[in-house]
Amino acid sequence: MAITRDEVLHVARLARLALTEEEVERLGAQLSAILEAVGKVAELDLEGVEPTSHPLDIANVSAEDEPRPSLAADEVFANAPDREGNFFRVPPA
Amino acid sequence: MTDTLRLTAEEAMGLIERGEASGAELHRAYLDAAAERDGELHAYLTTVETAEGDGVPIALKDVISTKGIETTAGSKILAGYTPVFDSTVAARCKEAGLPTIGKTNMDEFAMGSSTENSAYGPTRNPWDPERVPGGSSGGSAAAVAGGLAPWALGSDTGGSIKQPAALCGLVGLRPTYGTVSRYGIVAFASSLDQVGPLTKTVRDAALLYRIIAGRDPLDSTTVDLPEPIELPEAEDLKGLRVGVPKELNEAEGIEPGVTQAVQRAIELCRELGAEVGETTLPRSVEFGMPCYYLIAPSEASSNLARYDGVRYGPRAGNGDIREMYMQTRDEGFGDEPKRRIMLGTYALSAGYYEAFYGQAQKVRTVIRDEFAAALEQFDVLVSPTSPTVAFPLGAKTENPLAMYLSDVLAIPPNMAGLPGLSIPCGLSEGLPVGLQLIGPQFSENLLFRTGHALERALNFDFVPERLR
Repeated sequence: MAITRDEVLHVARLARLALTEEEVERLGAQLSAILEAVGKVAELDLEGVEPTSHPLDIANVSAEDEPRPSLAADEVFANAPDREGNFFRVPPA
Repeated sequence: MTDTLRLTAEEAMGLIERGEASGAELHRAYLDAAAERDGELHAYLTTVETAEGDGVPIALKDVISTKGIETTAGSKILAGYTPVFDSTVAARCKEAGLPTIGKTNMDEFAMGSSTENSAYGPTRNPWDPERVPGGSSGGSAAAVAGGLAPWALGSDTGGSIKQPAALCGLVGLRPTYGTVSRYGIVAFASSLDQVGPLTKTVRDAALLYRIIAGRDPLDSTTVDLPEPIELPEAEDLKGLRVGVPKELNEAEGIEPGVTQAVQRAIELCRELGAEVGETTLPRSVEFGMPCYYLIAPSEASSNLARYDGVRYGPRAGNGDIREMYMQTRDEGFGDEPKRRIMLGTYALSAGYYEAFYGQAQKVRTVIRDEFAAALEQFDVLVSPTSPTVAFPLGAKTENPLAMYLSDVLAIPPNMAGLPGLSIPCGLSEGLPVGLQLIGPQFSENLLFRTGHALERALNFDFVPERLR
């Protein structure tokens, strides 16, 4: 199953990856080979089989809505590339 | 002088209890060993100079958040990232008094089977430095096998503890999904990721699992263990039913030397009193890998969306915010995360979701049911952990699909949430072969018992031949 150049660019845009021209070529070819291998799942007729999204049969967990200590602002911003006061600063949209 | 190559964690514990060594002295001995041998092996990304705690020191895979210690997950996109909180497993190791020796190298975001995908350069196998240690927990495996740590934690999504344990002659436990907290673990594929021990003996694995396992209020997917973890003692396998799944033992690409070592171990099960029989997993092996390589990348594409240059990590681009996202991610991620993000984004995109992701989730049900049926008849299933012994560096880096096949036998039980224990069962061409033991969910005690009895009978020497 070959993935077209346009599809590679479309998926890269969805994933917010600015691929170089060389990456579009190389990743595109590799993705085609991988998709062909994983496309094998289509060979099975699984009409009526329930999907598994989680390996354990667990139920929702609820907790009391109680305030707890959280990180101080300086800790929250400790790894930020750019900060202004108590905000993460980013370029204009 | 501590022989760090031979000392097990349990023996180290004995030294500390008898006052013959302190945790800090042992910590220093492992750092000295790292100073001597890690230039060649490159098991560590970061070492920690000061011992915190008086227990048996430990190495932690760099996917485990450690407060105040850089945590990169092997990626440039987390270069310089210093967590302001501990992951639950790091906190539990601290509470148990285990000083951290360092953070170990890994395939970027735990995506890989050789540790060659690290943005910080590959790790080498202590048995043969021209070969890979396996991956993605290759740094943890090389640290323990190379005598640079008595034990270590790794993480396993599609074989990343079991396979490097096999390739480095160690014991590796991929625990039952949900028994070890993922809080503070850099996420790859959340329905599969589990942290677990890499050790020299089965008893060491049980000791470490006992420290890290159990429900954590900070990870709502964790559960209480149904029974306490016991240290295995028994040296026979009387009454145990051992199943040999045909497909997991006869898959294409299994090296003859691997089959031979595994066959001998199966024969040994019989001699130790187990009943051995053949069983079958008709679709789990053939469809396990395709299923995994849809589900794991899909989850990864979502989990890795958080790396956007806003809250942590380096930032790139000098245009608008969209350009910043795109440049930061292009420069920060290596090839393998890019491939998987692209694959996952594609599999989840409009028009393909049902055919790929939806179908893979149904295949996952098929795999669960097949294992459940086989485990009705048998207590434990056995197979090789990896189809091959450690391969040369560079052998598979140009061909992602060939690399993926390294986990073809480790992946199927993971899809079903089952625990797997890899123990060394011999050598092929002078390199270790791993035996995979698979049990039902929460059967860790049974796996430890089985592994321990086999380990005693096999008498495998875990010190790499060239370092003896």
